[in-house]
Amino acid sequence: MEKRTEYQKIEKDAARKDRIFHGVIYFALTVWAILVLFPFYWMLLSSVKSYSAYTAERIPKFYTLHPTLQNYVDAFTQVALGKYFLNTLIFTVLTTALMLVVIVLAAFAFARLEFKGKNLIFTLFLSLMMIPNELVVITNFVTITNWNLRNSFTGLILPSVTSVFYIYLLKENFEQIPDSLYLAAKVDGTTDFKYLMKVMIPISKPTIVTVVILKVIECWNSYVWPRLITDDKNYFLVSNGIQEIRENGFGRENIPAMMAAVVSVSIPLIVLFLIFRNKIMAGVSRGGTKG
Amino acid sequence: METNNKKAWLYLLPAFLFLGLFMVYPLVDVFIYSFEEGYNFASESFFGTGLYNYSYVLHDPYFLQAIKNTFLMVIITVPISTGLSLLISLALSSIKPLQNLFQTIYFLPYVTNTLAVGLVFMILFRKTPYSDGMVNRLIQFFGGRSVDFIEGPYWAKMFVFCFYIIWVVMPFKILILTSALASVNPMYYKAAKVDGTPKWRVFTKITLPMISPMIFYLVITGFIGAFKSYSDAVALFGTNLNSAGMNTIVGYVYDMLYGDSGGYPSYASAAAIILFVIVLTITCINLMVSKKHVQY
Repeated sequence: MEKRTEYQKIEKDAARKDRIFHGVIYFALTVWAILVLFPFYWMLLSSVKSYSAYTAERIPKFYTLHPTLQNYVDAFTQVALGKYFLNTLIFTVLTTALMLVVIVLAAFAFARLEFKGKNLIFTLFLSLMMIPNELVVITNFVTITNWNLRNSFTGLILPSVTSVFYIYLLKENFEQIPDSLYLAAKVDGTTDFKYLMKVMIPISKPTIVTVVILKVIECWNSYVWPRLITDDKNYFLVSNGIQEIRENGFGRENIPAMMAAVVSVSIPLIVLFLIFRNKIMAGVSRGGTKG
Repeated sequence: METNNKKAWLYLLPAFLFLGLFMVYPLVDVFIYSFEEGYNFASESFFGTGLYNYSYVLHDPYFLQAIKNTFLMVIITVPISTGLSLLISLALSSIKPLQNLFQTIYFLPYVTNTLAVGLVFMILFRKTPYSDGMVNRLIQFFGGRSVDFIEGPYWAKMFVFCFYIIWVVMPFKILILTSALASVNPMYYKAAKVDGTPKWRVFTKITLPMISPMIFYLVITGFIGAFKSYSDAVALFGTNLNSAGMNTIVGYVYDMLYGDSGGYPSYASAAAIILFVIVLTITCINLMVSKKHVQY
């Protein structure tokens, strides 16, 4: 009898310890979650405060009783935010599409076709992955300037197309498709190109979608190259637009309107992330580093 | 066979064109630029070949400031972000309910625009004559003295800079470490449980060795990424980083290339190559250290 109560006591102690341990963990995780979310909350909050209410707050408030959408109207009318959006959209779509064509063809050649020096060339390709962008950007800047392509979409897009890593990723995926399919198609007289379009691409769709999403994120957030190559506001992307708004702004320092612009720029990617959450996270952990 | 050869080259042609024009050729060219002394973009002339560009860059006070800023920031952010992400991933993997929600939240900074969110950080941390800003209110609440983090003293600016960089790089590290932790074979933990091994020993003898390759991967990529940071600084301190005293090495390269002080690709090339050498050296040191400590 006595033994039993002791066991109960021990079990109870252990359960309590466990609860405390878990309590601490949940507390710590919540603290970090708040640190992550707070900037988002703050931009959303500031973007719906009216200009006069915002400037009157010497001590910033954590809430607002009179939300307004006027700042969003200002952000799209007083500065060319809509134009920046359109530019970024064009840039993103064209760059991603071009990249897709280039990497699918290259990955197909590496995965399916036999040719002299294939391994050597593939190794050289892989070694290109180590080259930091900072080294090549200087000459690219000079090249594009000499070709008179500054302030043009061609100049923006061309150097952003290449992605050795995605060729590698797709080649790995193509190689997993069994040879028997290829041979069967050959027997039926299917051309290589048709086989690529009708069989390989549909089978590899998940990987292709991942690559596309990662590239879209990269394009949407790119700042350095567009900044170097454009000084005409008509060709600004959203990142440069935000910087332009920050420096020359709305004529006066209109922080609520700035925050409205920031929210508008952030929302598309956050929505994309929430839809493709698993794909994005799996893709990133397979080898994407930011920037 | 002959036709197949030709066809393969045809498929590879676009990739070759793009990579050749915008990666291989520039890579060669950047070394040439770096030896053409004082090449000026406007006049397209230089006054000799040699090492003058490197000496110019290494004696430029702006470059030295950039080196100091970058090294300081790297030394602060890489250990803190790696350690913190390890703690968070451990905490994440020890819970069941809400795990998904937390993971989603923690990943958010990865998909946001660095420039856009940096602007929010700037607003939160800065102090103007009209308002002390959010963070300073918090400091005052706990009895501290307010300080302008954006245009104030050097340590304050360095603090926001590091804080923001850690905030930005954490998602990637948490993601990598949580998946590394999830892939540890649960048999080991069960065996340890049977033996009644204390939690701390389980961590140092099983968990840590099992995920050590991933930790080192994060340290190496963390160093490389941190050395290249630039847009984070622009987001916080504006495009004129030299006058803010917060330039980074990459920022110096771009300023030399373009902008108010720009037009000197040869100085930019020399600075970029110096950066590349620094990153290469540090990566080699990292790899040598990891050979000693990482269990594969």
